[in-house]
Amino acid sequence: MKDKTKKYSLFAGFIVILLLLISLPSYASSYRVIFVTNILMYVILTLSWVIFSGPTGYISLATAAFFGIGVYTSAILSNALFLPLVIFIGGLASFCLAFVVGSLTLRLRGMYFTMFTFALVQLISNLAHWYEVNVTGTVGRLVLSLESTTVYYSMLVVFCLVLLASYYIKHSRFGLALQSIGESEEAAAHSGINVTLVKVTTFAISAFFMGAVGAVMTMRWTYVDPPTAFDIRLSFMPLLMAIFGGMGNLFSPIIGSSIFAYLEEILTTKFPYYYMLLFGGAMLLVIVFMPHGIEGVFQKLQKINKRESVEKT
Amino acid sequence: MLTVKNISTVHGKIQALWDVSIEAEEGEIVALVGANGAGKTTLLDTISGTYTPVAGSVEFQGQRIDGKSAAYIVEQGISHVPQGGRLFSDMTVRENLEMGAYSRHAWKQRTETIEHVCQIFPRLKERETQITSTLSGGEKQMVAIGRGLMSRPKLCIFDEPSYGLSPKAVMEIFQVIKSLPKQGITVLLVEQNVGQALEMANRAYVLENGRITLQGIACDLLVNDYVRKAYLGL
Amino acid sequence: MKILDVQGLKKNFGGLAATANVNFNIEQGEIVGLIGPNGAGKTTLFNLISGAITPDSGVITFKGKDIAGLKPYRICRVGIARTFQSVKIFAKMSVFNHVIIGYLFGDHKHKTSGTSSEEAEKILDFVGLSGMSDRRAADLTLVNQKRLEVARALATQPELLLLDEVMAGLNPTEVSEAMELVRKIREKGITVIMIEHVMKAIMTICDRVIVLHHGEKLAEGKPGDITRNKSVIEVYLGDFACLPSKT
Repeated sequence: MKDKTKKYSLFAGFIVILLLLISLPSYASSYRVIFVTNILMYVILTLSWVIFSGPTGYISLATAAFFGIGVYTSAILSNALFLPLVIFIGGLASFCLAFVVGSLTLRLRGMYFTMFTFALVQLISNLAHWYEVNVTGTVGRLVLSLESTTVYYSMLVVFCLVLLASYYIKHSRFGLALQSIGESEEAAAHSGINVTLVKVTTFAISAFFMGAVGAVMTMRWTYVDPPTAFDIRLSFMPLLMAIFGGMGNLFSPIIGSSIFAYLEEILTTKFPYYYMLLFGGAMLLVIVFMPHGIEGVFQKLQKINKRESVEKT
Repeated sequence: MLTVKNISTVHGKIQALWDVSIEAEEGEIVALVGANGAGKTTLLDTISGTYTPVAGSVEFQGQRIDGKSAAYIVEQGISHVPQGGRLFSDMTVRENLEMGAYSRHAWKQRTETIEHVCQIFPRLKERETQITSTLSGGEKQMVAIGRGLMSRPKLCIFDEPSYGLSPKAVMEIFQVIKSLPKQGITVLLVEQNVGQALEMANRAYVLENGRITLQGIACDLLVNDYVRKAYLGL
Repeated sequence: MKILDVQGLKKNFGGLAATANVNFNIEQGEIVGLIGPNGAGKTTLFNLISGAITPDSGVITFKGKDIAGLKPYRICRVGIARTFQSVKIFAKMSVFNHVIIGYLFGDHKHKTSGTSSEEAEKILDFVGLSGMSDRRAADLTLVNQKRLEVARALATQPELLLLDEVMAGLNPTEVSEAMELVRKIREKGITVIMIEHVMKAIMTICDRVIVLHHGEKLAEGKPGDITRNKSVIEVYLGDFACLPSKT
């Protein structure tokens, strides 16, 4: 019974936060809105990353590639098409790339898979660069940027979508298959699960949201080029945020990435010269004192709580 | 040689051992039998240092070893061959054996010891340079036992050495284990092959739900009604 | 009716012939024992049948259909299930979900989640894990984890079940219980091939025994005949006097 009331109160708390977020532009400054938009970007990237890398244990560093595809799709199409469609196509382009790449490379295990995904970012980035230098003749392109409120609400919509997708996957047959693959691929295959299809599809779904978020983010910028679109930090940050927050449930990565992104924003603005140093230091402290992330800390607190209540009885 | 006094061990959230006491004198073969989940592996793990008991003491040759690190306990002369072998799967047979002789005094004699082990298990000599992940289940078990002997221990602990071995290989292993006291090695043996374990051992203990319920001379336990019904299926 | 037919099966691993020209067939409803010294290629044979590895040459026919080279999930759906020598359970998953997975994915007939709970409970009762649905698989004892593997395999509605050393590590009483379970499985109409070193089980419940050595079939026949076969004794059984009587 206690679990249910806890679940309901968490859910209620979440609804409150969602309402606050929806009404944000009405009571916050333009700067704040942009700030929260950036945080949401990281939250969505982390959640998308966890959709695939969480249950399977395949550490993907391809996030920047899928994000960048979304950016470029949006940059090319933004004037021509209706906004939601642009975002959707950005996601779809990443979905297709991930599906193709996944089919070819998800036979690789562990470190090899990770290295390949890292190489993919470089490959796509260089491809874009080559195309621009040789075909279009210009490096980078100008984009029409939109109002911060529009960008904010688009981001919010993608956030809700990725949450729904995460929830649905976790609580469905598909999620069960995914979990079993993470524990033992061989046993999963022998239980009738088409392991390759499940892995590739999940990888592609995760890429969809990364592409969508890239498409939204482009509207905040006036100019995009390969280094901005395929910034490798966008591959490492979600991974660090997921470790920091924990991946056991839906809330941990959200809390982890929000705190992390908030920290990064604060540090970059207040200490523009030292922020890397402080950031690295903070990461070290986290690894030493909270090796299982925030989720680990919560679990420890729960254990202490239980022990105390048992001792009392 | 080994005195385990009233130990209790907690494993995760569960108390696996309750007030357990066993003894092994020098040159003996002591058998430990019981159902799966009774706590036999936990007891062996407590002796070899993987777990620290929350109560009681473990003494080896007069020194307290409970709470000490597993590496320290190996240096003192206890070797533990775990259930399922737990080999270094990306290393060759020879490398696995060498790793067994990691402690200082064993390392110096490792070439001799490897020769000796390969005499016992000729198959290992054949497969010396093979990566252990490519071996069959039973062959892996042989490497594990060989590795356990590499540290030139005074006390050797075997957790289910016959697991996954063909009847012929089981006999060979048991011959090896029977011959260890003559080489000055005391043996503590956990076995599901209860009949054979009791035939080999000098003394035995029955562990049930984390407690010692029976103990005595092995031959006596072999004819004990309860043991015959519960463990020998007779 | 021949449910499984293996002809000319060969598999090499870097120059080593793990399976060297194996031929045999299995009749529907049989319990067949597969024995042999360690390294003889027994698990490799199971891996070839279940699709975990593909043969270099040879034919594997299941109910008249050629299955050699098919992926494991297809072979599972066609009606062959197996357990593993080193128990491969989904450690953090509940016992209940293991069986659900087998039930939902293992059969070619499309399932709704509606009846799955009842079926899952039935299977858990059948193998002796009733009342443990909510436990985490990692928290089970080895015996129960083996039972869970069998339950998961049974949930895929197989016609042929491959058991890989399911009795290893069991004490004699537990072995008797396992033998009873295998009998019950056969009564359900499922054909069983079991790799075992526990001779008591092989002698008591197997209709026929196939002996492998160095990747080849050394002998084949009734348990009584096999245990009197000189080469089998020399290579596998060792001291003849060690064998348990039939009771």
